[in-house]
Amino acid sequence: MFDFLEGYDLLGAFWVTVQLTVISAIGSLIWGTLLAAMRVSPVPLMRGFGTAYVNVVRNIPLTVIIVFTSLGLFQTLGVSMGAKDFTTINFRLAVLGLIAYTAAFVCEAVRSGINTVPVGQVEAARAIGLDFPQVLRLIVLPQAFRSVVGPLANVLIALTKNTTVAAAIGVGEAALLMREMIENEAQLILISVIFAVGFICLTLPTGLLLGRLSKKVAVKR
Amino acid sequence: MPVRDGGSGGGHGDGRHGDGDGGDALVVLRDVDKHFGALHVLRSINLTVGRGEVVVVIGPSGGGKSTLCRAINRLETIDSGEIFIDGRPLPAEGRELAALRADVGMVFQSFNLFAHKTVLENVTLGQVKVRKKDKKTADGRARQLLDRVGVASQADKYPAQLSGGQQQRVAIARALAMDPKVMLFDEPTSALDPEMINEVLEVMQQLARDGMTMVVVTHEMGFARSAANRVVFMADGRIVEQTTPDQFFSNPSSDRAKDFLSKILHH
Repeated sequence: MFDFLEGYDLLGAFWVTVQLTVISAIGSLIWGTLLAAMRVSPVPLMRGFGTAYVNVVRNIPLTVIIVFTSLGLFQTLGVSMGAKDFTTINFRLAVLGLIAYTAAFVCEAVRSGINTVPVGQVEAARAIGLDFPQVLRLIVLPQAFRSVVGPLANVLIALTKNTTVAAAIGVGEAALLMREMIENEAQLILISVIFAVGFICLTLPTGLLLGRLSKKVAVKR
Repeated sequence: MPVRDGGSGGGHGDGRHGDGDGGDALVVLRDVDKHFGALHVLRSINLTVGRGEVVVVIGPSGGGKSTLCRAINRLETIDSGEIFIDGRPLPAEGRELAALRADVGMVFQSFNLFAHKTVLENVTLGQVKVRKKDKKTADGRARQLLDRVGVASQADKYPAQLSGGQQQRVAIARALAMDPKVMLFDEPTSALDPEMINEVLEVMQQLARDGMTMVVVTHEMGFARSAANRVVFMADGRIVEQTTPDQFFSNPSSDRAKDFLSKILHH
């Protein structure tokens, strides 16, 4: 029944999916947090940039962003992300696009977490002489993150599934392999089920683990 | 944004000018005005707090007491006027403001202990990050202060596990850990259950006896009587009267103060 799987590197393709997800997750967490910091900063220019970035990027379809990294950044502007072979270039471009896109959602999740931190926490931090970056790093963000583990888990799950868009620029992840198999094999339903189950195997534990973590780290007031 | 009219005309010279107390002024407010929208919360406030002096600010709610207290370390901005701490004008923002705030201890009505940090970490944080002390020295100092306010045994708990009175005493220790020149108390006992008020007041009494310069906004008349060098009575954004506690409670000179005292002391 599963004979048709022979000759396809199913695990390899999902491994690329995992790599795309993990690297993009780390990148978008960092960039998204910086964006959130900008959006609450006292500097109007930074606030303006953060707001504009989020509102532009989150309203563009991911496919457009990913295709732009390839056609716009690489083929037109010659940005090759420090790599020589096409596989690596496309992989890195896809990561760049996924980070740029996902960071907008991370930013909004983190910002909603910042809004849950009582203003008294900030006042107390300022009153002992901490400056703005210290207040943010030591008091506000640690409490904000604890309250948005759940929403961030949603973003991470969405990111995992969004990595399939990387197939549009030929990154050899799960969705690209699925397309190839559908073209070559007469097992449409079975192939779809295999890939659906594959993704659920990646995302379900993520959701469960982060849900548990969310309860564990919640700040008691 | 508050209205900025910059006008300090009118209402000038209502309260007597700060008595200076020997001329060693630590906190000086000169013609300070502030509006919240249409509400004129501080009207030409002139106040001088001498080194080692305990000034208790009392008066009806909404009279500007808390705003005055918060303006001294610029948690509230002011529209016009000047504030000096130890001879230096209060910086508007940035690193200098942060440095100055470190010298001004603040205790809040709602405690505001850092919820994600243990009691000990609450008291060491400022020492390590602002005063740049090493962890070990800061720990030692923190434990000594926690012992002084009577919560040494709670050092490893989180704020939410403590009673209100304990939390407020930790908050006092946190402020003291910065070795402040002056301590501001913004209604420190107003959010406490009655049986916990005394444990906080006792710590404050001890501080006052030790010579700490204090500005205390409170409704605790007993504390004002026993610990204050001077009582400042505020109503409608003005300092209406400032005098010794004895004089104020036995023989207030303004009608506003008489009215206020008659309402709070007769039951």
